[in-house]
Amino acid sequence: MAEDRIARFEKRQTELKQMSDTELKERFWSLCDQLVKPIVELSKTHTSPSIERSVLLRMGIDSISAHGIVDRIFEAGLLGKGAGHVVLKLSQKSGLSIREAAAAILENKDVLQDLF
Amino acid sequence: MNQKDSLDPKKKLDIEKILEGLENYHPTRKGWTWRNVPSDGVDMGPFHFHDMSEPLKNSIGLPASKYFDNIDPQPSCVVTTEIASGRFEDDLRRMRMAAWHGADHIMVIRTTGQSHIDGLLEGTPEGIGGVPITRKQIRASRKTCDMIEEEVGRPINFHSYVSGVAGPEVAVLFAEEGINGAHQDPQYNVLYRNVNMYRSFVDAAEAKRLMNDAGIFQIDGAHNANATAKAGWLVMPELMVQHGINCAFSVAVGMQKDLIGLSTVPPNAPPAPKLWFDLPYAVALREFFSDFKMRAQQNTRYIEADIEEAIRTHTIDTLISMLTSADIQSTITPDEGRNIPWHYNNIRGVQTVKQTWAALDGIKQLLSLNHDGPLGVMVRDIKERAVAFLEEVIETGGYFAAVEKGFFVDSAKYPERNGDGIARNGSGGVAANSIVERDPDYYAPVCSHFGENHIPDGVEKACDPIDGCTLCKPEKIVYIDELDPEDNCQKRLETTFPYRKGNLIKPETESAGDGTILTQFFVPLPEEMAGVYGVEMAKKLGLVDPEVINIMIMHPAEGCFVEVKGKVAFDIDVTTLKIPEKDEVLPEEELREVVKKVGLRVVAGTVGEDEHSVGLREILDIKHGGIEKYGVKYHYLGTSVPIAKLVDAAIETGAHAILISTIISHNDIHRMQMKKLAEICKEKGVREKLILIAGGTQVNREMAKETGIDATFGRGTKGIQVVNAMVKVLKSRGQV
Repeated sequence: MAEDRIARFEKRQTELKQMSDTELKERFWSLCDQLVKPIVELSKTHTSPSIERSVLLRMGIDSISAHGIVDRIFEAGLLGKGAGHVVLKLSQKSGLSIREAAAAILENKDVLQDLF
Repeated sequence: MNQKDSLDPKKKLDIEKILEGLENYHPTRKGWTWRNVPSDGVDMGPFHFHDMSEPLKNSIGLPASKYFDNIDPQPSCVVTTEIASGRFEDDLRRMRMAAWHGADHIMVIRTTGQSHIDGLLEGTPEGIGGVPITRKQIRASRKTCDMIEEEVGRPINFHSYVSGVAGPEVAVLFAEEGINGAHQDPQYNVLYRNVNMYRSFVDAAEAKRLMNDAGIFQIDGAHNANATAKAGWLVMPELMVQHGINCAFSVAVGMQKDLIGLSTVPPNAPPAPKLWFDLPYAVALREFFSDFKMRAQQNTRYIEADIEEAIRTHTIDTLISMLTSADIQSTITPDEGRNIPWHYNNIRGVQTVKQTWAALDGIKQLLSLNHDGPLGVMVRDIKERAVAFLEEVIETGGYFAAVEKGFFVDSAKYPERNGDGIARNGSGGVAANSIVERDPDYYAPVCSHFGENHIPDGVEKACDPIDGCTLCKPEKIVYIDELDPEDNCQKRLETTFPYRKGNLIKPETESAGDGTILTQFFVPLPEEMAGVYGVEMAKKLGLVDPEVINIMIMHPAEGCFVEVKGKVAFDIDVTTLKIPEKDEVLPEEELREVVKKVGLRVVAGTVGEDEHSVGLREILDIKHGGIEKYGVKYHYLGTSVPIAKLVDAAIETGAHAILISTIISHNDIHRMQMKKLAEICKEKGVREKLILIAGGTQVNREMAKETGIDATFGRGTKGIQVVNAMVKVLKSRGQV
């Protein structure tokens, strides 16, 4: 196995040696771009508790509440909607301000039921 | 709203005052700032510099600057200092000192373990090996930076870290609070912090977007590979790959290239043939990454307890930056190998860069790299190996698959493998299985958000439905002051108050009143005994908690150089210190008048078996502003002159004064010479007729009284002070 790798490297190196400096640089960057493409795609289509907490922070919710709210939303299976979306929706539905809606989620997770 | 006071260079920072009104403080500007570098160079003192930025309004130059009109040339690159004490309130003073020596990038190290904390920290708890990064700490620090930059006359970049499992939240905090630079590299989390790989990258995309929009300069984490790998100089192809992944990922998620910096360290250190490895690597990197910025770091991998060794290596690191390029030159405190960095060693690190940069100014106009020789071959080899590494990663199934197979931080030179790479499991690590797929109606009603965001129909800007996010309306930010009633900066400031604002004084290395001092000595004992002796000696000196921090063998049997730190157990009340009165110098015109009136003449020479002549010539000669400039006539007898000969010459020529220089001071020879001068004059009955003055590097103002002569002068004395002393004696004797 290891020897295979070295042999493959030597073959690669022979090919790379044919390239000009400019071609080699272009190859480096095209490989880097190719490598990160699926990771960028993953990032576009996924979120995380930290991302959602960071959204709540930007909505003017304090860091300690943001933590509890995201946990509640995660447990309720609604993180895929976006925690900010959840808080906004509750605020719109119930006529509460953003901070009041946030506090309501912390107080009683039942408010999350049938929200969507 | 943003109350900030102008600093007075003669007054200490008022920490309590800085903490006032933080709840309403918002940064005065955001984003990274480069130095102002005039393209046609900078004229300073007698020189024209080719590669310097504009000088500071207030600064402290290198010790030798006094010989060059006190110039303090400032490198063209931004200069970093890394601060890590544990108490940010003490770091503020260190930041100010560092800025006065030329640092304009203040990097604050986080407390141990912060990267594993799932969320933001608040308040100001004490840290270990760094400070807890919190909103309050950032506000107080940024506010201080605002004041310091006004004092020194150059913008200060404030920097910390966006990593761990709270990256996006930290990035929001940094964007809101005007942090100017930050480390962000998802690979760092994966490899060194064992954060789950998918989580790390998904978080990073959001963090990078936030940083970009706030103009925060990004530094990657690739340099950790050569700080971690057993043979740092062999992992160069991999380093290129790590830099490449973070750069490509950053650009793909929308970061501007000029906000992306590579953290690069010359990987080797003497006694290895450093340049042979480090220069090709530096060149290869700068060729592949020509669109990005270079943050040149100094080597930490091979730092030992010896400060001078570290400084010498760092000098060569800086040389490599100058031979290639550096947009930011980072500095490492040279004591990092033996303790948590001390205040004054931050300054030493900055001075290493400043001194090297000034010394080698214009090097690229004088020298060029020889790409035709082995350099070109080695550069090409590193690049080819890096490309082959990437090809193998792709062949293996991509980045995540390669990490699982331990591709990274293997200490062998690619493609060799030692099998000691850091392998991580995709379903493992901190915060595993914590990413969630966004639903088709996913929505985040805020700015600077990355990725799919289904803004409802009719909504123009994502944050319109919430009437603006904190990035648009900073007044919406929630400021939390303290969470812990005991572990906070106010409590600590109460303890240190007597040492900061009261009359009590203790030396310090990290925080106010810590009392730590360093003793350095040679002891004629072998290594195994030298350290034990050092601790005993320090105890007898009264030092508390003595600890040997460095032993350097001079000879296996003859002895060792030893450094012992310890704490001073007592305070000294500053009001009990008797400060010698400053010698008041009479106006120049009055001095000239008296000199002319009496026709002041002196005889002068260096006495004893002493061949030093420079100091005395500076006191005598007109071109150095010596006594001749004020009309004094002198008769110079040279060096190694017997005292009796000087006295005879004074009598023969009818001189008013004898000036002796005495540099050699072992066995107190300098004091003896002064006493002898007074005695011989008495014997010959001329003591009351002659003015007797002595000077030398080890001479102080008090020695005149002790030895029975009229005046004594130490280092840095100017001719005018000597004339002044003679005129004062003449006046007291009623001779004028």
